[in-house]
Amino acid sequence: MKRNTLKRIALSALVASGLFSTQAKAAEPLPVVASFSILGDLVKVVGGERVAVTTLAGPDADAHEFTPSPAHARTVLSAKLFVVNGLSFEPWAQKLAKSAGYKGETVVASKGVKPRQMAAEAGHAHAETDPHAWQNPLNVVQYMNNIAAGLAKVDPSGAAIYQTNAEAYAQQLKDFDAQAKAQFDAIAPTKRKVITSHDAFGYLAARYGITMLAPEGVNTDSEPSAKHVAQLIRQIKREKIKAVFVENMSNPKLIAQLSKDAGVSVDATLYSDALSKASGPAPTYMKMMNHNLAQLVAGMQQN
Amino acid sequence: MSTTLQTLWDLIVGPFAEFAFMRRALVATLTLAISAAPLGVFLTLRRMSLLGDALSHAVLPGVAVGFMLAGLSLPAMALGGVAAGLLVAAIAGVISRATTLKEDASLAAMYLLALAVGVTLISRQGSQLDLLHILFGSALGVDAPGLLLVAGVASVSVILLAALYRGLVLETFDPVFLAAAAGRSWNRGWVWQQVFLMLVVVNLVAGFQTLGTLMAVGLMMLPAVSARLWHDSLAAQLLNASAQAAVAGVAGLLLSYHLDTPSGPTIIGCAGVLYLVSLLVSPGGWLPQILKRPHRVG
Repeated sequence: MKRNTLKRIALSALVASGLFSTQAKAAEPLPVVASFSILGDLVKVVGGERVAVTTLAGPDADAHEFTPSPAHARTVLSAKLFVVNGLSFEPWAQKLAKSAGYKGETVVASKGVKPRQMAAEAGHAHAETDPHAWQNPLNVVQYMNNIAAGLAKVDPSGAAIYQTNAEAYAQQLKDFDAQAKAQFDAIAPTKRKVITSHDAFGYLAARYGITMLAPEGVNTDSEPSAKHVAQLIRQIKREKIKAVFVENMSNPKLIAQLSKDAGVSVDATLYSDALSKASGPAPTYMKMMNHNLAQLVAGMQQN
Repeated sequence: MSTTLQTLWDLIVGPFAEFAFMRRALVATLTLAISAAPLGVFLTLRRMSLLGDALSHAVLPGVAVGFMLAGLSLPAMALGGVAAGLLVAAIAGVISRATTLKEDASLAAMYLLALAVGVTLISRQGSQLDLLHILFGSALGVDAPGLLLVAGVASVSVILLAALYRGLVLETFDPVFLAAAAGRSWNRGWVWQQVFLMLVVVNLVAGFQTLGTLMAVGLMMLPAVSARLWHDSLAAQLLNASAQAAVAGVAGLLLSYHLDTPSGPTIIGCAGVLYLVSLLVSPGGWLPQILKRPHRVG
């Protein structure tokens, strides 16, 4: 009898302490750091109010060439979870985590995604892995699972919520994919050709059967050859391509000049590696994809 | 015979005839050859061969201020870049006149400070854009305003260089004599030095924006360095430098077109080949030195 009472007291104390700790957690959101703006948005979707997301490479910033500051190292150190894209997209992120002495969990969001190889072109001696996997919305379903699993690991009591949020968003992604597929399929395959300033839309192009032509390589720092540019101009003229786009964070001079030579005008800005500021057309991943879809379809319809 | 000529025509003139971007790249490169290469000769004579490289960093704070005031506007960023470059060169000039520091040493100090200020300004903005990457052009992306800029700068600098030539030569080779002749240390030599530095800055910044750092600095310095191996007389060196820069420009563009290589590095690579040849066979080069040696010993 006495033992039984003791057991009860111990049990209730355990429950109380459990309750208390969840309450404390709910009051203070889980600090999470994401390497760049698009990932930051995805983490916000999965974590909801339970997490406080900080983004290192912010809106309109080039995550390829990001230089972290000591403040960024401090931000990473204060985090319980560090979310990176992987596929060599942000080589500085691992270095930053290491030099800051970050001991917490790291999630590689692209884990399990089937990587695409960049075509080995002139100027690129070897085939490179294309890191821009989020440009295919179906890959982002995998991103959501990875992020949800990572959050659940550091915050087990929220696991169910993360799972629900990720699944709800996955449905949105699949809906978007179906909608995009229908819109692109309505355009004849020969007209699904687009010129962009930087080769970041490989996954999108592969998913929807689009031909993307770019005068620069996959990274923003490579320089094209005269032959490459000449071939592009010939191709634009021959195939009567009218859909020319620039990107939110690169020098538009070359592409503007090139399209002028070929007698076409630059249509609009596409968002590939970074979201826009809150006032822009692409402040979230979903808005970015919808913006790009609308721009691409409108451009291709002129072809 | 006529087919050979036709093939040659297709190989050499064809690319320029067919594509406007090739013509613009050619004109910009030749313009730079006329105005920048002679300035490079003076720079090597003054032992300031690395000025160009230093300036490509020194423009950063100005570019950052332009960006902070006007956002992502190329003219504002360019103007800021010119202002920062001029300021850095001017202050470095003043320091080298007023103290015992040489021009290159005071410039090194100034450009490092400017670079630090620039990086700080940009990170305070919160944005992590590579502003210089956005501002600086490439040989194949030359547009009409860029062409006008380079041509305008070249015209002014060729005329000014001609006007300043005598004073500049005297000031370069014997500043002490010039100072003694004028009786004061802050004399016309000082003006010549400053105007010369301004010319260099404006040429370089125009070149950065239109053709990129490598092209602007490379076409200014490489032909100038190898021209010095060929002649003793300054006038011949100036002509030789311009000619080498022009040859490298044409050959580089054609090679980039036919061999599918990046254009800027190919042009500078051609200038490098000319330099290598000069190192070997020119009067000041390696082979003539070896052949001469027995005479000297005998």
